[in-house]
Amino acid sequence: MAEVMTKGVLLALLAAVLGVGSAAYAEEVGDFVLPSSKAAAVKNCVEPTEYMRRNHFELIRHQRDKTVYGGIRGTSHSLSGCVSCHVGYDDTGAPVEIDAEGQFCRSCHAYASVEMNCFDCHATVPRGESWNHEVAAAHAHITGSALMGPTAAER
Amino acid sequence: MKRIVYREWLLQPQRYWGLLAILAAVIAIGGLSALYMEHHGHWVTGMTNSVVWGTPHVFAVFLIISASGALNIASIGTVFDKKVYKPLGRLSGLLAVALLIGGLLVLVLDLGRPDRLLVAMTTYNFSSIFAWNIFLYSGFAAIVIGYLWTMAERKGNYLQKPVGTFAFLWRLALTTGTGSIFGFLVGREAYDTAILAPLFVVMSFAYGLAIYMLVLFYTFDADGRPIGPAMLKRLKNLLGLFVSAVLYFTLIYHLTKLYGAKNADIETFLLISGGLYTGLFWVGWILIGGLLPLGIIYHPELSQRRDWIVAACAMVIVGGLAAMYVIIVGSQAYPQEMFPGYTVIQFGAPGDIGGQVASYYPSFPELLLGLGGVGVALLITAVGVRVLQFLPESLADRDVDPHATVRSSA
Amino acid sequence: MNHETESMNQGRRDFLGAAAGVSAAAVAPGVFLHTPVANAAPRTDPVTDVHRWGLLVDTSKCADGCTACVDACDTENGLNLQAKPHGQDELKWENQHAVWIRKVKLQDNLTGHVTNLPLMCQHCEHPPCVDVCPTGASFKRADGIVMVDRHTCIGCRYCMMACPYKARSFIHEQVDHKLTRAPRGKGCVESCNLCAHRLDSGDVSTACAEACSAEGHQALIFGDLKDPMGPLRQALAKTPSRQIRQDLGLNTGVRYAGI
Repeated sequence: MAEVMTKGVLLALLAAVLGVGSAAYAEEVGDFVLPSSKAAAVKNCVEPTEYMRRNHFELIRHQRDKTVYGGIRGTSHSLSGCVSCHVGYDDTGAPVEIDAEGQFCRSCHAYASVEMNCFDCHATVPRGESWNHEVAAAHAHITGSALMGPTAAER
Repeated sequence: MKRIVYREWLLQPQRYWGLLAILAAVIAIGGLSALYMEHHGHWVTGMTNSVVWGTPHVFAVFLIISASGALNIASIGTVFDKKVYKPLGRLSGLLAVALLIGGLLVLVLDLGRPDRLLVAMTTYNFSSIFAWNIFLYSGFAAIVIGYLWTMAERKGNYLQKPVGTFAFLWRLALTTGTGSIFGFLVGREAYDTAILAPLFVVMSFAYGLAIYMLVLFYTFDADGRPIGPAMLKRLKNLLGLFVSAVLYFTLIYHLTKLYGAKNADIETFLLISGGLYTGLFWVGWILIGGLLPLGIIYHPELSQRRDWIVAACAMVIVGGLAAMYVIIVGSQAYPQEMFPGYTVIQFGAPGDIGGQVASYYPSFPELLLGLGGVGVALLITAVGVRVLQFLPESLADRDVDPHATVRSSA
Repeated sequence: MNHETESMNQGRRDFLGAAAGVSAAAVAPGVFLHTPVANAAPRTDPVTDVHRWGLLVDTSKCADGCTACVDACDTENGLNLQAKPHGQDELKWENQHAVWIRKVKLQDNLTGHVTNLPLMCQHCEHPPCVDVCPTGASFKRADGIVMVDRHTCIGCRYCMMACPYKARSFIHEQVDHKLTRAPRGKGCVESCNLCAHRLDSGDVSTACAEACSAEGHQALIFGDLKDPMGPLRQALAKTPSRQIRQDLGLNTGVRYAGI
């Protein structure tokens, strides 16, 4: 827990530095959204983009406890939601592991040099999900986009 | 009264640095083994879903209970006012802390997620004996360091008795806690008995003293400090007493289990048909760790000779490791009895052992990690006695004779 | 003797049931609106002790050689995605990879009668694994499911020492392939969670019970132990059943008929 908190604090500090330091940086950070991901097609994330950049981990961590202890999975702040929306696809339409070199999570975390160990255990591509698409659907009404069906690889 | 004079360990530099280099190498190899295990995962070890605690735990538990046992010498001097033991107190405290750190390191480095140590230190479940032990261990280290201060610093001398008494009670709690880690496990036939707690306490007395004596003899011989025959006799008699107590509690442990018909199978396994574990029990735990050392200690001639007493101490340690192996690994290898009156013909996939004795072979990384912990304990001790005044200049009888003390202070 | 234990447990169950009812009514009357959970929607309120999920295994219907429940569990929870590390011994790997449910075959020592049964986490009311976990990672959800919070599990394996049913597995290897619904990673302990992801999305079933029914055996009945009208309680009322290691008084959520 403390480890997680330490990381959270580091992340927050870093975000603060980025935010205060220069607005130009923030623009560059935004470039990490992959054109092939569903996220590229929607205006903003489940919360305002600026907020997500700094606080996404707080949201995920909060959701994580609700999911593990309370069994609440269908909300917009779940990690599986992040993955399903932000995962990139290669030319054949297959999803690319989100923590791989050049992919969404990895790129930004490498940029910010913040360790990330969600994917020690969590799936890096949407896989074998039925209710995961309901998660995506839940996202859809928040982001205002239409529900996107599962891709070939997910089925 | 002769004042006891403590001096840093005056080993020749080449020998001293050579010793440190060897210990550092042992520690480095242990550290690399831990990294290797953590990098690949535990599949590279002999541990499985049946035998979940293996050789690292044998070493860790042995070192941890020895740590509390090593403190006994100081307790006898302070708490029970045996003046002869006073000069031995400082080394006793140092060794206790060193062994504890060594054991804990092994335990921590064997975790599936050693990187989450902070989680273990900050998130507690107070119904877990393991969680209590985290407090008991860290508290033990802190209290013993305070205790050492009261022994070394004249201003703190008046606190020695209360702090020493507190440390003594704490160490009893610690070993009881360590024994209870196993004793309160209702789901395994070999455990599930409260006698494991006192058994661990007497084991800690014996193993801690054996290690203490070996370290004492080695350090004293290395820079030519004398140990008088009366002191030697005292220590070896104490060891004899503790080893007998271990044998007695071992007997009671098995009698308790044997008396209940439901435990007949586990007893047959441990005492007769368990192969390696039966061998380790009789040859290691009972013969090498008990009867042979007792034979030496109470032999009219051999008991006078230092090298034979050293051999007895070494046997107690070897026997102790064997005992830990039987208690920790042997008890897990035996299948859990879930269906009394039935024979388990099949239990999952063929290798997914449940109804039959699980196989376990210690792998090299596990063994090296365990030895690394021993290395850490000895390194801390070696550095401690070198830089601080832990060792008395002399344990010759005329220097520590209690009668002389009584006369002069009267 | 057994009768006595059972009646005591029954008393405890009644008491707890009553207590649960009272507390649920006091805390959130709205909860009862959700009681018919089979509405196939992801839950939005935390799980409560209104339900206690459990299973009844009728061993007389459990077929010899059938592994439908095991296979279904493996697929459902991504256990079949575990790969044997290169160079590992086959038999050792069998004992090192994660197993949530296993088929057990028993023979009565006196009569020679052979019994088949699936064995998984028994979801105790008083789980030893939860008692011993130093960090509290091993926990019991309000609805009775015993599971591991991987975020705080340090991999000490004390829960595996404590479990009387050998229900838990340690992840010995690096896991490359996993399902979104079943996170899994090296160095943590895991076990059957009664397909919690299904329950949480409003689907009252487990992969094992579903597969057993699909095979036509009906040896596994999943349901709510607190719903007297539900299929599980109805089946339990008709068939005499017991707990494995009933002597330990753990009040398991998984009951067995015919042993």
